[in-house]
Amino acid sequence: MTIDLPTLWAGIIGLAVFLYLLLDGFDLGIGLLFPFFDREGEREVMLNTVAPVWDGNETWLVFGGACLYGVFPVAYSTLLPAVYLPVIGMLCGLVFRGVAFEIRAKARRTQNLWDLAFILGSGTATFCQGLILGTLLQGIRVVDGRFAGDPFGWVSPFPVFCGLGLLVTYATLGCGWLVMKTDGELQRRLGLLLKPASVVLLVIIGIISLWTVLGQPAVAQRWFAGHNFIYFAPVPLLVLACVIGIFRSADSGHEARAFLLMEAIIFLGYSGLLISIFPNIVPPNLSIWAAAAPRSAQIFVLVGVVIILPIILSYTALSYWVFRGKVRHGEGYH
Amino acid sequence: MLETSDVLVLARLQFAFTISAHIIFPAISIGLANYLAVLEGLWLRTGKAVYRELFFFWSKIFAVGFGMGVVSGVVMSYEFGANWAGFARFAGSVNGPLLTYEVLTAFFLEAGFLGIMLFGWKRVGARLHFLATVLVALGTLFSAFWILASNSWMQTPQGFQIVDGRVVPLDWLKIVFNPSFPFRLVHMSLAAFLVAATIVAGCAAWHLLNGRSGAGITKSFSMAVGMILVAAPIQMIAGDAHGLNTLEHQPAKIAAIEGLWRREKGGTSLNLVGWPDMQAERTKYAWSVPHLGSLILTHSWNGEIPGLKEFAPGDRPDSTIVFWSFRVMVGMGLLMFLLGALGLALRLRNKLYDTRWFLRFALAMGPSGLIALLAGWITTEVGRQPWVVYGVLRTADAVSPVSAQQVGTSLLMFVIVYFLVFGTGVYYMLKLMAKGPEAGEQVADLPGDVGKGLARFDRRPMSRATDPIDE
Repeated sequence: MTIDLPTLWAGIIGLAVFLYLLLDGFDLGIGLLFPFFDREGEREVMLNTVAPVWDGNETWLVFGGACLYGVFPVAYSTLLPAVYLPVIGMLCGLVFRGVAFEIRAKARRTQNLWDLAFILGSGTATFCQGLILGTLLQGIRVVDGRFAGDPFGWVSPFPVFCGLGLLVTYATLGCGWLVMKTDGELQRRLGLLLKPASVVLLVIIGIISLWTVLGQPAVAQRWFAGHNFIYFAPVPLLVLACVIGIFRSADSGHEARAFLLMEAIIFLGYSGLLISIFPNIVPPNLSIWAAAAPRSAQIFVLVGVVIILPIILSYTALSYWVFRGKVRHGEGYH
Repeated sequence: MLETSDVLVLARLQFAFTISAHIIFPAISIGLANYLAVLEGLWLRTGKAVYRELFFFWSKIFAVGFGMGVVSGVVMSYEFGANWAGFARFAGSVNGPLLTYEVLTAFFLEAGFLGIMLFGWKRVGARLHFLATVLVALGTLFSAFWILASNSWMQTPQGFQIVDGRVVPLDWLKIVFNPSFPFRLVHMSLAAFLVAATIVAGCAAWHLLNGRSGAGITKSFSMAVGMILVAAPIQMIAGDAHGLNTLEHQPAKIAAIEGLWRREKGGTSLNLVGWPDMQAERTKYAWSVPHLGSLILTHSWNGEIPGLKEFAPGDRPDSTIVFWSFRVMVGMGLLMFLLGALGLALRLRNKLYDTRWFLRFALAMGPSGLIALLAGWITTEVGRQPWVVYGVLRTADAVSPVSAQQVGTSLLMFVIVYFLVFGTGVYYMLKLMAKGPEAGEQVADLPGDVGKGLARFDRRPMSRATDPIDE
């Protein structure tokens, strides 16, 4: 396989989506955990752990979306109509959540309302993202470069299960993040969730994997044809190892390690997804080459991305570095 | 069962609604960012505290507007794929890259300079801070550059070839610098400046009417009214040049704007008011002035302009809408001109700050910049119809293969969410304006740099304003 322009672009967009899952996953997860923590000051601390980074996390969704539009317009114009209402739902959820995050800090009497908006926005956005992933994974019918499937294809058991699965995934990530970033009673209560949440996450990943392999011959073929499984076997084995690692880290109080292992599970799950669909960008039959924009467009955008992407990446890394360490009650950050 | 034409109407309504709600915020951001750069420059030069006081005050409102603009802007790019799949598939290779450049520009800006501008007072020297402010101001204009390049290409497309039913970009310089782009860029930038000027003037007038007349209030009123005096006439000249350009490239749009149905030999009259009737193919109740149309649109006494009947009925934009949206825009422009001129007359008599009828007029004109901006965009976008890419792709062929029920549902969701969310944002901005600039506000009073472990060079724009929203 040679690295041509569409492959390079698939890599860049794949990276953006991966970073989005990695970074916005835990901060959406905080919204999902919000209803269960409302003792004095707890919610402020939870929000303060992501206050300086949450909007930066969302930029990856915007960046990935814009590049997908510019470089793979055929994928963009077939995927979005196929998941029309989930996309709109996700956007509304993110708008609500983002503004609630900011306004909440300025609200006194109406703070409960903004908390509710934050919870519902986070939940809706997450569930809709799961629906989108599930619909993509189960395949979208494309004829002659146009979406030709069922506009309500996302209203079926698999995408709905993926939606629920993503809620659990993000909540688990949020839990891992908060255990790392907080201390005291809040951390102790969150710590109790760590092990059961990881087990549920493992079960969900297992079910989704089996479901795709059993339901889609092409995916089964990819994983099990010839010697393929020998190459791909590390993926599920490493997931198992990560869960064991999380258990041990939880026992020994290695909070950062537990969180990083959770992120590693996300990486492995995402790798599994890519193994299942590549080189299609919209399975079952739209490849990255068929979906790509003309070469002149790909090169034009690449120039800008090559200059700006390293800057955004280093800025992101720097933000997390400067912001390292525990967040405590009373250390206002709004 | 609903038909494809319903999908088209609903998708257009949805885009019109979401983009109208969005454009308000970037327009305010562009205008205020440039005003802030001027304020800080004056402060550095004169050392007068009033400029810094105004800088602190308006940077809060700028920050909230900027935050709202970022949130509402995300929706737009996804709508291209969701509602306008035919367009995304056909022209995504031009539209997509230009939008991506806008996103990259905005990220670059947010990544550094915005943080320094809003929160970096205690960290960087005055000159470096000023540099950051100037770069933010330029950055907002640069964002507009890409969006307007994309929109102008849809109005006057060039630099491409169509292969297998899809646009292949050939020459990016030609694509970006298409014939209507320079005119649109100038017209829109001036419009954003006027948006900020009318808002600043309206805000100061409100405080003056309520008996508050601190140095910050009188200074900002004087600056804003002066800006309107200068910018309103320049905008008229720019608009006139834009109109000539449109007549050359999109004559049907001009005919629809003027409610002109047939070519008038020996000089075109101008319909001042009237009601263009698309079915009857004439402009009812027209009140027109002979030769004025020729004078304005051809800069000659007898110039001729093609009428709408020269275009097939299926190729005509809706004259009823653009006739009136254009007149609303021009009307606002004339009122702004009047505001500037009256301001000058009162200033010369030293009565600028205490003439109550003038202050009420300035207050009423507060939203006039935004009204003119929206009316102008409605004119140019509706005037492009029935094309989405002028002369190349019809809007009807651009919609997604989705059902009217879906588009209707999403439209309803957007209306509810937008009114709640952006209604709150606008309310908060108005609340901040009502509080007014605070004399004697020092750098030490600003948010930023709290807590050792949390110290950071940047925070989110909306946390610049710390005033409670509901008390």
